[in-house]
Amino acid sequence: MGRQLLINDLDKEGIATLAGYKANGGYAALEKALKMKPEEVVSEVQKSGLRGRGGAGFPTGLKWSFIAKPPGVPRYLVCNADESEPGTFKDRYLMQRKPHILIEGMIISSFALGANTSYIYIRGEMMYQFHILEKAIQEAYDAGYLGKNILGTGYDLNLYVHCGAGAYICGEETGLIESLEGKRGNPRIKPPFPAVKGVWQCPTVVNNVETLAAVVPIIDMTGDEYAKIGVGKSTGTKLISASGHINKPGVYEIELGVPVEEFIYSDAYCGGIKNGKKMKAVVAGGSSVPILPTELILKTAKGEPRLMSYESLNHGGFITGTMLGSGGFIVMDEDTSVVKNLWNFTRFYHHESCGQCSPCREGTGWMEKILHKFLDGHATVKDIDLLWDIQSKIDSRTICPLGEAAAWPVASTIRHFRSEFEEYINKGESFKDVKHYFRVNNLQPA
Amino acid sequence: MAEIKPIKFSDEALALSHKIMKRYPEGKQKSAILPVLHLAQAELGGWLSAPVMDYVASLLSIQPVEVYEVASFYSMYNLKPVGKCVIEVCRTGPCWLMGAEDLVKFIEKKLNIKEGQTTADGMFTLKTVECLASCGTAPMMQIGETYHENLTFEKCSDILDSYKAKGENVSHWRKERITNHSDIKQ
Ligand SMILES: Cc1cc2nc3c(=O)[nH]c(=O)nc-3n(C[C@H](O)[C@H](O)[C@H](O)COP(=O)(O)O)c2cc1C
Ligand code: SF4
Ligand code: FES
Repeated sequence: MGRQLLINDLDKEGIATLAGYKANGGYAALEKALKMKPEEVVSEVQKSGLRGRGGAGFPTGLKWSFIAKPPGVPRYLVCNADESEPGTFKDRYLMQRKPHILIEGMIISSFALGANTSYIYIRGEMMYQFHILEKAIQEAYDAGYLGKNILGTGYDLNLYVHCGAGAYICGEETGLIESLEGKRGNPRIKPPFPAVKGVWQCPTVVNNVETLAAVVPIIDMTGDEYAKIGVGKSTGTKLISASGHINKPGVYEIELGVPVEEFIYSDAYCGGIKNGKKMKAVVAGGSSVPILPTELILKTAKGEPRLMSYESLNHGGFITGTMLGSGGFIVMDEDTSVVKNLWNFTRFYHHESCGQCSPCREGTGWMEKILHKFLDGHATVKDIDLLWDIQSKIDSRTICPLGEAAAWPVASTIRHFRSEFEEYINKGESFKDVKHYFRVNNLQPA
Repeated sequence: MAEIKPIKFSDEALALSHKIMKRYPEGKQKSAILPVLHLAQAELGGWLSAPVMDYVASLLSIQPVEVYEVASFYSMYNLKPVGKCVIEVCRTGPCWLMGAEDLVKFIEKKLNIKEGQTTADGMFTLKTVECLASCGTAPMMQIGETYHENLTFEKCSDILDSYKAKGENVSHWRKERITNHSDIKQ
């Protein structure tokens, strides 16, 4: 196993409490940061090469440098803890076990941005973690890490947890901002970007939980040292949520650049495919990224080993590659129906579309219906073309990327698994009752 | 018949909602709508009737329609009455791979209801929901704030039996949780 910077000490006693966190080096980075100038903190984060861990992978230091600073207007930092991308469960894990690393990261980041009020927007379903965070925040106030004149430096910060109420679209940063303002989570048309006009029309930075937590080791070890971990422009460590038909599902912290094959088959990580089955496909970065068949997830089209990094997973673009995304790594074995899986994902996007843009609202609905025809055994070859046509008309014609997130799985499943759609067509209704998922998992007690 | 409660927060819940409003800048108390609706749902009968939403609008000094449009957007708000205990089974990709579809059918059979329905004794409502960020322990379901993970039929059956034996109301927002911890002293 490589270096771990975020979840290395989860087994330490009391790590979820302030005392336990401090005993293991917690809040040292905050003391260090508060002795620096805010610009110096931004510069360390720029040097670290840290890229947003929420899905898009945008360089964090660069994002911070865009924040507008009109005089007399407050600035806000909002942590995106809405974690709802299917296959992703690392933020919930981190907040539950080590809430103070997020709080410390948020204080440092708020200081760097000049924000005096910050919010953690957590999914409404995560009431338990909400409560853990509030307890931890109270501890931080009591210790003088939050509130007025933090550690005698003259810097003031209030930190609040805000909860959602069940809507995937509130993970999109402008949908999240609308929701924080007490409205429906309809994404905004950009520009203006949140860095100029965000929550309550004030300059706002939205960052993922893991991104803000990573600021702590960056300040601890310096940006230059952090940048030495990983490969190329994929610096540092990344939390990967591994699920599906593997022996050891769970959250793993990897040094970016670990070979995909090692990640799937090594006992240090996923421990291979369950029940001795073969692997069929992987969705490597949360449900929105293109699905890849075994050959292409293990090796690029050029035959080079594929690595767990932004660049390597993207090698070959969307024709033969995919994306690291949020790090939601979903593995499917040979018995899985990728068509049925696609129907499930498409149903999800249709359900979660906010409905503002017709290509997304109507397109996801039609794709869901057509995919259902395949499952019912009534589809024809024309339906494959129709699916292709619809998905191609959503891509880049919408206000927010949810439309694309719905289109990419459709495009990639057709691209790599066309023969399976044809199998559904050829076998017709006789294929309908085949149980694709449950041959392996019959839910009987083990 | 359920007893008819006046539509009004307890003093405790009222004080709490005022504290929640203070978390947002002056004049931006509308931001408190999501947490206050959760509180209303937990305190005032488990679902949001029009009079409950009107009451929340008056608390936040906003128009009722601003509350209706929000309440109907988010999946956690119940717009019709539900059982004491709402079972929320995750039906999204990774949970499906691990058998969520069969789990839903099992619960439907056990409780003799379909998804979206409530048992005749008013104990359980069965809902299916989207990925709850617990895919590594699939299949799973949420009841109140608790995640029940790595489910098998037997485990699921035992869990439901134990809720039934207790017979208590279970909601996402438990008052003890909020009253203890939303009261942060700055
Ligand atoms: C439909 C949709 C859902 C998203 N959900 C999340 C989410 O749950 N958590 C998250 O951190 N980012 C999510 N994002 C990405 C955010 O828009 C945003 O890019 C991110 O929070 C920025 O933080 P980062 O730069 O630290 O990654 C989502 C984006 C889209 C389009
Ligand atoms: S793309 Fe879909 S989710 Fe995004 S704003 Fe448009 S309709 Fe809403
Ligand atoms: S798919 Fe069920 S918790 Fe993620």
